[in-house]
This record gives sequence, C-alpha cells and structure tokens, in this order.
Amino acid sequence: MLLSLFLTFLKIGLFTFGGGYAMISNIREVVVEKKKWLDEDGLLEVIAIAESTPGPIAINLATYVGYKRRGFLGSLAATVGVVLPSLIVIYCISLFLDAFMANKYVAYAFVGIKCAVAFLILSAGEDMLRKMKKTPLNIISFCAVFALMLTLELTGASFSSVLLILAGGVVGVIAVAAKRGGGEK
Amino acid sequence: MIYLTLFLEFFKIGLFCFGGAFGMIPLIEETVVKYGWLSESELYAFIGVCESTPGPIAVNMATYVGASQGGVLGSIVATLGVVTPSFIIILLIASLLKNLTDNKYFRGFLSGVKPVIIALILSTGAVLVAKSAGYSYPLTFSPDLAAVTVFALLALICIGSRLIFKKKIPSIALILISAALGICVSVAFELV
Repeated sequence: MLLSLFLTFLKIGLFTFGGGYAMISNIREVVVEKKKWLDEDGLLEVIAIAESTPGPIAINLATYVGYKRRGFLGSLAATVGVVLPSLIVIYCISLFLDAFMANKYVAYAFVGIKCAVAFLILSAGEDMLRKMKKTPLNIISFCAVFALMLTLELTGASFSSVLLILAGGVVGVIAVAAKRGGGEK
Repeated sequence: MIYLTLFLEFFKIGLFCFGGAFGMIPLIEETVVKYGWLSESELYAFIGVCESTPGPIAVNMATYVGASQGGVLGSIVATLGVVTPSFIIILLIASLLKNLTDNKYFRGFLSGVKPVIIALILSTGAVLVAKSAGYSYPLTFSPDLAAVTVFALLALICIGSRLIFKKKIPSIALILISAALGICVSVAFELV
C-alpha cells in the first residue's frame, strides 16, 4: 500500500503540467476513478481544505490522501512521490539551462516566453478577481493593496507582501468579530 | 549558511503561499531579488520553464533556485522548505484539527487574505508587463519593440481564441506559441 501510494503520486507528479488546478483533474481521475481512494464528495472536501491552507495544492492533496490511507507514513510516501519528479527534472534542467540560454535563438524565444508568463499571471489573477465576492470590504482591500503595490514597484521601493497578507487576514477576522458584536446588540 | 537560508526562506514562501501556483510568484520574486539569487528576468524566464515542465510550480521554483545556489543539496533543502509547511498543516488538519476549516474566524482570516492575494498577483502581472515593455525606475521608458510586438500578437491570439473557440489556450500551448513569436519577431527586428 505504501509503495502503491508512492508510485501513484510519483506518476501524478510526473505527468501533470502547469501546476495547481491543472493537476486536480488528473488527480481526480487516478484517486477517485481508478484507485477509489476517495469518492467525489471526499475529493471536494480535500480540495476545499487544500484551497484554504497555504502551499501547493498537489502537495496538500498528496499529504491528505496519504494520511487517510496509511497514516503518517502514507502521507510521507505520497508527498515524496509527488515532489520527486519535479526535483529530478528541474535539477537536470538547472545543470544546462545557463548554457542553453546563452544561445541567441533560445534567448529570443525567452523574450516571447516572458510575455506569455505575464499573460498567464494576469489571466490567473483575472479569474480569481471575477470569482471574488464583491463585498465592499473585499473591493476596498483589493484596490488598496493593488494601488499600494503598483506605486511601490514602479518607484523601485520594496515592501514585504507577507505583511500585507497577514494584515488582510487580521482585517477578515475583525470583520467577523464586528459582525458578531453587531448582531448581539 | 546558504542551506539554512534557503530552507527558511522557502519555508516562509510555502507558509504564505495562498491562492495556488500564481499566489507565490510575488513572494518568490521578493525573496530571490532580495538575496540576489536570480535577476527578475531570469526568474520570469524560469517561470516559463516551470509552466512547461511537470509538477507544482512552487516545487519547481524551489528546486531551481536551490540548485543555482547550492547544487544538489541546495535544491533538496529548498524543496523540503517549501513543502514542509503544507505537509505539517495538512497532517494537523487530517488528524487533530478536523473542524478548523469550519471555524468562523479561520474562514474570516481566509476571506480577508483573498483580495490581498488577488491584488498581489495582478500587480505583479501588471508590473511585469510594464517592465518587459521597457519601463524602468527612475521613470525611464525605452520601449523594447520586440517585447511590445509579441505582447500585441499574444493579446490578439488570446482574444481571438476566446471569441472563436470560447476557450482559453492551455498554458503549455501559449508558452510554445510565445517562444515561436519571440524568435520570429526578434529575428525580424534584427533584419530591419
């Protein structure tokens, strides 16, 4: 069972491109349909947990499924399995990427790739913005952080976004507490 | 002690990376630029590589940055760093804190974090567009015509595919198209 967890997640790590949500459909196929380790509801629950906790979704899923099947060792086997392919593939790439980039045409290709990355980042953000609940508080914090970051970045200043993330979380907790207080009056 | 720094910095990235693959890019950028591990341009070139190689982007980035700073051991240490927070948190949720995700305050925290993450992602994207097009601080703009042309063509292709096929282009396809465009446009500008 441990070996099967390891190998299954090794395969998921090896054959899913693009990370994040792209991995979910692949994981669903293997974990729900083939192995029947989880049912559809179970998978939705894990995805909800993975989304509300930090870290790459694939890792969260592997750890959770592994733990449910075989406890701590299971979670370890599944997580190592899902990480190992990236580790090996990227390490090999890192060995020759510099030499590869020195080629004129490869450098040209990367001029284009950088543009595509900007597009992908913007379109991921746009998707999330569309799905965001448009409460006044959400809109205000979005606009404030967006304006702040743009100004800072374009004027060459730097600011820790971890602090902004934490501040956002604290605002969210205060909003919940305030609503509760208001309800009791 | 580069290994300890790598581990701790990637631990921090793993701990604060909400919102999927792109949520971590602002954090990674801050970190690698602060330590001078990669230039901004190397970072975004490598994100393109990550999009076209298997596995979670966070792990790929950690492995690459780790390898560039500390060889095999560096890549292992950085990868362990980025994975450990998720691993521990999910174990805790699966074993002890089963109801954490139903907790009202925890939900409040997450819903407060969400708009911040979205704003970070979009501002990172917007700044990247501005910088690749030729903007740099202090307030100089020397347009990079090749990049601007590729942007325009990509925008046309993306909008076109949304209108005609009602579907987004898969990211690997977009990367490949953009690589081809990059070569064609740069060679064309060289000839002119």
